[in-house]
Order: sequence, then C-alpha cells, then structure tokens
Amino acid sequence: MTTEQALTFVAFFIFAGITLFGGILVATMRNVMHAALCMMMCFFGVAGIYIVLEAGFIAAVQVLVYIGAIAVLILFAIMLTRGLMSKTLAPANSQWIAGGAIALLLFIALAFVALGTNWPVSPIQITGDMIPKIGVELMTTYVLPFEIASLLLLAALIGAIVIARE
Amino acid sequence: MIPLQYYLLLAAALFCIGLFTALARRNAVAVLMGIELMLNAVNINLIAFWRYVKPSAAVWDLTGQIFALFVITLAAAEAAIGLALIIAIYRSRDTVNIEDVDLMKW
Repeated sequence: MTTEQALTFVAFFIFAGITLFGGILVATMRNVMHAALCMMMCFFGVAGIYIVLEAGFIAAVQVLVYIGAIAVLILFAIMLTRGLMSKTLAPANSQWIAGGAIALLLFIALAFVALGTNWPVSPIQITGDMIPKIGVELMTTYVLPFEIASLLLLAALIGAIVIARE
Repeated sequence: MIPLQYYLLLAAALFCIGLFTALARRNAVAVLMGIELMLNAVNINLIAFWRYVKPSAAVWDLTGQIFALFVITLAAAEAAIGLALIIAIYRSRDTVNIEDVDLMKW
C-alpha cells in the first residue's frame, strides 16, 4: 500500500468517525440546540467523505447549502420555538424502543446487502476539470430537471412564507 | 482504494441513526433533523456509486453527482416547508412536542 492510499484510508476513517459520532449525538442529545450543532458537525464529516470520493463540487455545495443554509434555518426554528420545551422532559418519546429496534433491523438488512452483493466495481478515471462539465450537463442533458428544481424552490419559498405567516 | 462496501456501511449506519432520530425524538425540529441525516446518507450512496460503478462505455459521466445536487435542492425545500409547518403549529398550539400534536390521529 502506498503512502497516498494509506492517507486516503486515514482520511476516510476520520471523516466517517466525525459523521457517525455527530449523528449519534443528534439522536441522543437532550438539548435540541446542542443536537442541531452536532448535526452541523455530522454534515461537515459528510462533506469530508465527498472530498475523499473526489467529488469536490458536491462537498462545496454540502458546506454551503447544508451547513450554511439548512442547519442555520433549523437553529432559527429551534430559537423561535423553544420556550415551552421543558428541560426535564425526556428527549425520546414513548415509541423509542420500537423505533430503535426498527432502525437496528434495517441496518442489519442493509449491511447484509452491502456486504453480500457482488458489486460490479470499475472505478472511473477522472480526467480534466469536473466543475465546467457539471455546468454543461446541467444546461444540456438535465436542463428540464434543473428548471423544474428552480420552480420547486420558488413554490417552497412561497409556501413556507404563506404557512409561517401570522 | 477504499472498498465500496465501507461507504455503503457508513451510509447505512447514518441512515439508521437518522431513522431512529425521526422515530424516537419528541421535538418536531429534531424529527426534521433526522430526516436531513437520512437524506445525507442517500447522498453518500449516490456519490459512492458514481465513483465506483461505471454505468456505460462513456469515459465517465456525472449522473450520480447531478442526482446528489438535486437531492440537496429537495432537502432545502423540504427543510423550509417543514420548519414553516412547525412554526405554524407552535403558533396555534404552543408546543413542538409531536405527542401533543395528534389532531389527525384516528
């Protein structure tokens, strides 16, 4: 194994650890505000995983949209709604045992599929600059989904304002 | 190169943590955070398959990455609508505890 490969492994395990640790804290933290901050850490770990996978543009979008927009939106929502959430109330609801069992069973099933399937792996060779290609693809092959996504965002924007208005 | 299975296991674990968060938390905002974690897990899978499984004879294409971009767009729209709903519920019922919001339960 070359040094570069070893470093890739190390980076993968560091970012996977950040991701999973952050995720577990999101599920278990008592204070919702702290859980939201741990969720930001988890998103950062996912961005690192994208870097390891050589998808730099997606990693940048992850940091900008998830950490910069969605997580901040969630922090705002927590601050607007927290008053009546008493700190003594348990963070889990009455069905947490069933929920945990379902999540664990699903993980076992997914792990069986992931490890048992013979994936047709043929890693792509990345050549040239990727970001201009993404732009060209979005404006040619995927122009219809691209425009529909903009329409969806507009509808979500108007809908959110209408729903949240006093 | 890191085996594809590592990424799949990471995504499966993150998805199940998100599922548990969405099923077991009491705060509606935390439920929404669980859904965001699940969407992130799906995106890890999309990017990992883009990187490791070549779909056609073409040298390389970007379908997986573009799919991930659309998933991120949808997640942003979903977060905005979900949080607007939570704020509307909070205004009318003074709670974000999902166990108190059972108006539509049969």
